[in-house]
Amino acid sequence: MFATGLDWAAWAVAVPLVGALLAGLLPRLGPVLGLVFSLLTALAVAGAVMAVWHEGPVRAGLGGWDVPLGIALSLDGLAALMLAMTAVVGLAVSIYALGYLHSSQTRGKFWTLWLWLWASMNALFLSGDVFNIYVTLELVGLAAVALTALSGGAAALGAAMRYLLVSLLGSLAYLMGVALLYGGYGVLDLAALGAAMEPDKVSRLAAVLMTVGLLMKTALFPLHVWLPPAHGSAPAPVSAVLSALVVKASFYLILRLWLDVFPALTVPGFELFMGALGAGALLWGSVLALRAARLKQVVAYSTVAQLGYLFLVFPLMAVTPGAWQAVVFFALAHACAKATVFLAAGSLQQAAGHDRLAQLGAVMRKEPVTVFAFGIAGASLVGLPLTGGFIAKWLLVDAALQGHAWGWASLVLAGGLLAGGYVFRVLGHAFGRGPVDPDHRPVPAVMVWSTLVLALVSVALGFAGAASLELLALHGGQT
Amino acid sequence: MDLSSHFQILTSQLIPLYLIGGAALFALGLYALVVRRHLVLKVLALNVMGSGVFMVLLALAARGGAQPDAVPHALVLTGIVVAVSATAFALALILRVKAVTGRAYLPERNGDDPA
Repeated sequence: MFATGLDWAAWAVAVPLVGALLAGLLPRLGPVLGLVFSLLTALAVAGAVMAVWHEGPVRAGLGGWDVPLGIALSLDGLAALMLAMTAVVGLAVSIYALGYLHSSQTRGKFWTLWLWLWASMNALFLSGDVFNIYVTLELVGLAAVALTALSGGAAALGAAMRYLLVSLLGSLAYLMGVALLYGGYGVLDLAALGAAMEPDKVSRLAAVLMTVGLLMKTALFPLHVWLPPAHGSAPAPVSAVLSALVVKASFYLILRLWLDVFPALTVPGFELFMGALGAGALLWGSVLALRAARLKQVVAYSTVAQLGYLFLVFPLMAVTPGAWQAVVFFALAHACAKATVFLAAGSLQQAAGHDRLAQLGAVMRKEPVTVFAFGIAGASLVGLPLTGGFIAKWLLVDAALQGHAWGWASLVLAGGLLAGGYVFRVLGHAFGRGPVDPDHRPVPAVMVWSTLVLALVSVALGFAGAASLELLALHGGQT
Repeated sequence: MDLSSHFQILTSQLIPLYLIGGAALFALGLYALVVRRHLVLKVLALNVMGSGVFMVLLALAARGGAQPDAVPHALVLTGIVVAVSATAFALALILRVKAVTGRAYLPERNGDDPA
């Protein structure tokens, strides 16, 4: 039988899937269906999160078929927080898209694909076995690529094609790892694999294949080259979802695997290697964000940089075992801030008709609320006080200092300075003196306010650190 | 010995061959994916890699002897469904790329170019 928490969780997958089907059948009703089903999905997710909060983690076999024969669904604090992150960002993006896609012909397709992507991500967070994860990973990848190609221009199509090839290659590497794991242990369930894991050659090869496959999809430096064109040329709501959520989904899997399945396989130097890649991402992504000429490119390279922080989880966990919770909170703070920044960038781009940074000042002076939202979210990316980003960096530095890892602590702070550089590089244009853009197209109110509300969520996160960590402490799960 | 036990011995001896063959297909596909520039060839290369994974799974299913393990078979079937949909989508995307740019190749890009 399903526990109540898993009932809610199953709805969180089923509701957006039904919405996607209906939006595909009735494209004219897309916006209405999109809004209704986004609200219902967020409701189901809220139910699931509350259930975990009150009743603790749960696991169950789908349809009453238990492991090893059935497919396990598993809902714990980490999965619940990921579902919540997706729901908050997803709801804001859905409302924003009502205004953004108003004049576009791509509207009907957008709602089908976006609700499909949402359902796939929720299923991914809830999957309890490695093969089911493969299927959800492919669903997420295909939906994300289709959304990237939505605008249909040459740049978007080329970026989508590159993204698709990388994504399929990553999935196949992951699948080969799954095959090797099944060959070694005869089970696919995460918990069963974790309990049986032996540090032999086949397991190590499987771990390497799965991790590298997922790293490609997460776009960790130096495998990031596909990300900036894809995230930079997609429509703004899509960019927000890709940068805030989709790359986090594959990071979540890396974290899940190394927390629950592979910890027996770590070799000395592994965490240092991953941390070095993270540091490379942080520095290289920031440098390119400081040099990019277009606003959406700045934001996309900022994602490359901020993804580097996520991989500090490996060196930090080596010195402070609980450090992964700080990293997950960072992912949450980054998701809200990055989605806001992309939405704001989309509003400015639509108002100006372009996103060339040097000529955006005139439009930014006309859109104070959007620029304000950009500023708040930017402050969260930098890690200024009163934002979720501040708490996230505080937790990261705290974890590093507890383990006397001074180097990693200073890297976190240096990354904040670099982020300050590219955020203020953009904001600076709003404060210059100059004419107001005469050809300025007004931004629909629904876009302005949904962006601002999401920016305020970044501030609210500054006060939700303790609650999030308490939720994350509910790890694992009993049948 | 009857025929079926002969067959069993033969299959069990072939398993390493299938495993090596699967790994070789995976590597060949990866090589072609990197080296070939036409998008259809790249998609075919991914399909060859997929067949490599399926072959490894089938070899693993045969290890049990007379009673093949059904789980890897189910995985391969699901994998084929995923591969077919992904290939169909990739081919449709290639057609769009060709229609818009006139070429079925990835756009030229020299690494990171923020401009």
